[in-house]
Amino acid sequence: MDAIMKITSRASGGALYLYLDGEIDECTVAELRRAADELIERHAAAKKFVFNLAGVRFMDSTGIGFLIGRYKKIARYGGKMCLENPNVSADKVLAVSGVYTLIPKI
Amino acid sequence: MTNHMRLECDAISENELFARNAVALFVLPLGPDVSELSDIKTAVSEAVTNCIVHAYRGQGGTIGLECTLEERTIHIKITDKGRGIPDVEQAIQPFYTTLPDEERSGMGFTIMQTFMSDFKVESALGVGTTVFMSKAIGAGKKENA
Repeated sequence: MDAIMKITSRASGGALYLYLDGEIDECTVAELRRAADELIERHAAAKKFVFNLAGVRFMDSTGIGFLIGRYKKIARYGGKMCLENPNVSADKVLAVSGVYTLIPKI
Repeated sequence: MTNHMRLECDAISENELFARNAVALFVLPLGPDVSELSDIKTAVSEAVTNCIVHAYRGQGGTIGLECTLEERTIHIKITDKGRGIPDVEQAIQPFYTTLPDEERSGMGFTIMQTFMSDFKVESALGVGTTVFMSKAIGAGKKENA
């Protein structure tokens, strides 16, 4: 069993869409963080960063720390961050943690 | 039905996936729905993460995982022999973390409490920590029926 986390992106109309795929936990988060930060830095001028979570099959509170960390980084660049398409499980973790009060779901 | 299992694994992050899926497979005979299964996997993952990150501080150790199925309930016990928690009441508060510089949300215990039916932590400094969690399977369906 290998917990591989993949991230791909698409730039469109001043926004960067990041597509996360896999399971976010302590094992996968370091590589995910590195890859996401590289994309954010490469597209630092983007006004909006949309994290698409449709491919996230599992996420615990490690994922919350990851998302809040990216939110802070994007805010430093003057960008906005939002989340879309979490599955029911990820949505519950995000809602319980109050993440949506900081990073809106669209 | 009654059933019991016990396993030990190294406190390394590669075993998080193994631990949560082992518990998920063990509870399957009780017929949990997708939401219940997801709650259990998330709670187990949180407890195992705590062992790796907080109890052993990434230095390695052993995690004990014990589960019992009793009627329609799964009881889970996750144990480490790490540093222990100085103040459990403080540690279980939402957003409390001892590692604020590592992008820790401080929500692990809150998620365990919220996602499971029962939750308890016992800890002794220098001895270790045990998390006890239970979840009644199908409880929501009975309430909604």
